[in-house]
Amino acid sequence: MVCTKTGRGFQVITKVLKRIAVSIPVLVGVVLVIFVMLRIVPGDPVTTMMGEHVNPAVIEKVSREMGLDQPLYVQFFKYIANALRGDFGTSYRLNRNVTRIILDSFPNTVKLSLLAAVVAWFIGIVAGIVAAIRQNRLLDRLFMGCALMGVSMPVFMTALVLQYLFAFKLKWFPVSGFDSFQTMILPAIVLGWNSAGSIARMTRSNLVEIMQNDFIRTARAKGLREHGVIIGHALKNAMLPVVTMMALQISSMLSGAVLTESVFGVPGIGRLAVNAIETRDMPLLQGTVIFTTVLIILGNLIADLLYNVLDPRIREGA
Amino acid sequence: MVNDRKELLVEHTALETGRESTERYFSGSGNAEHGDLSQIGESDTWMDKLKTMVRQNKLAAFSAVLIILMILVAVFAPVVAPYDHLEQNLAQRLQDPGMVHWLGTDELGRDVLSRIIFGARISLTIGLVPTLISMAIGTVLGMWAGFYGGKTDFIIMRLADVMLAFPSLLLAMVVMYTMGGGLVNIFIALSLVNWASTARIVRSQTLSLKEKEYVEAARSIGVKKWTIMFRHILPNCLPSLIVLFTLNIPSAILSEASLSFLGVGAQPPSASWGLMVVRGKKYLFSEPWLSIAPSAAIMIVVMAFNFLGDGLRDVLDPYLKEQ
Repeated sequence: MVCTKTGRGFQVITKVLKRIAVSIPVLVGVVLVIFVMLRIVPGDPVTTMMGEHVNPAVIEKVSREMGLDQPLYVQFFKYIANALRGDFGTSYRLNRNVTRIILDSFPNTVKLSLLAAVVAWFIGIVAGIVAAIRQNRLLDRLFMGCALMGVSMPVFMTALVLQYLFAFKLKWFPVSGFDSFQTMILPAIVLGWNSAGSIARMTRSNLVEIMQNDFIRTARAKGLREHGVIIGHALKNAMLPVVTMMALQISSMLSGAVLTESVFGVPGIGRLAVNAIETRDMPLLQGTVIFTTVLIILGNLIADLLYNVLDPRIREGA
Repeated sequence: MVNDRKELLVEHTALETGRESTERYFSGSGNAEHGDLSQIGESDTWMDKLKTMVRQNKLAAFSAVLIILMILVAVFAPVVAPYDHLEQNLAQRLQDPGMVHWLGTDELGRDVLSRIIFGARISLTIGLVPTLISMAIGTVLGMWAGFYGGKTDFIIMRLADVMLAFPSLLLAMVVMYTMGGGLVNIFIALSLVNWASTARIVRSQTLSLKEKEYVEAARSIGVKKWTIMFRHILPNCLPSLIVLFTLNIPSAILSEASLSFLGVGAQPPSASWGLMVVRGKKYLFSEPWLSIAPSAAIMIVVMAFNFLGDGLRDVLDPYLKEQ
């Protein structure tokens, strides 16, 4: 413990700032990629929006109003400038501010993701620990088999099977909708299922590896009971990468519940992206993709910093 | 001391042949669960390693057999399938699974089993072609970045960062939005989206490989940079690339299924499994097999490739597990 408290705080802050500085070019790159990609769409966006049989003069007027007649780089910088102020433009179809639309659906995605994360973490960690303790025995095989199925099963399959069993056959939950806690449970399980699988696998393999260490033998030799060894000594070390992975997963859940939201009709961000594609609403699609990607970048940042804070070896080495 | 000698010896052989197995550097970092991995010697040929896998990992071996069977079924689909996958028979629509139609018929009276068999062609092609393309792009860019370093490295890796920042399904959706649905466009979308992770791994291996004496030797006798990359560095990345390839296939298959499920992938009347699931979804509560059967097909293929990939990784490239 050489560094003073303020010294370490300073180090952490510089590290955070450095890490944020690295993220900025990535962010600009993300906006650029999406911006260019959506503008090489064949056909004029205004014609697509208003239909083929509209007077060309009207189309020209509308594109001028929307700034689509300006060179691409001018449009890009205008877009960035507006986006920095939180303005992602106006939706073609809904004729509303894209930021407002996104902020309206975002709470639904947040609710769904948080619930899914709880499901995934609980099932994943418990299954992983049990499997590690019972290594290579029946329970381990069973849990790891399920985890592998969790990872391999397409999201829509989990969704359809659960809908069929629990909503249609057993009638425990409604088939779709998103207005009460009960309607959220099935989508949350579906969304959490894959992550639970990977968390379980990771927890197990880390725990198994940690359990071979000398300090575990010491703890056992000291006469600690097995669950004391696992909870007090092994788990703390095994959970580090798992915690980072959980942070990454929640950001990908927030951004990527596209399939779950479409199957269950959850009015969240993923659904918005699908709708934007169906109605060919370019500003809305652009806004949603950029918004969700920013979330992912933030999630990665947090995961990275979390790892730094949690692991003294990295913290001291800074 | 003994170890040093061994290193030198292997390096010497490598100098002559220009090849050595990458995992030699990482031997010892194999995971604790597979204690028997130590049986894999450095001098083992690929055949030996595959034999080790078949002996020790029955699941991976079984998966390999399953995958070969599926490829055969896909290739000989017209012979194997009991009916034509596009033939409609409205008199026989929505039949339950039975002796005549093993998995029943869909809303247009098409035989579901035959459609799944023909769908295997689409899924396997989607698994193989875009994965090959994206990995080829990733390998070349990764080697280029790692070998040249400096500005080239910086630009390529920042580009990779940008690609990796996107949620891959959303990015693929945007590409499909731009180009429209259809199989060829799925190829392009998935190739564009997935190259970055390969590039990262190949770059990190190139960074360590380019410090080796045999690369230095090649350089000092004036071998061209790109020749060194393809003759001396690429062969040493192969074990990792093969493992990655096996593990990237299922994710490509899942992506296609998801895109088709969302309506931006394959278009009717194609027998794409994802498309079959979404069309069967309407009848979920009356004829669940319509969507569950193709989903199960996807799951089986994905699991088989995952098992095989895990097995190959354990014998070919234990280091990859750490990443």
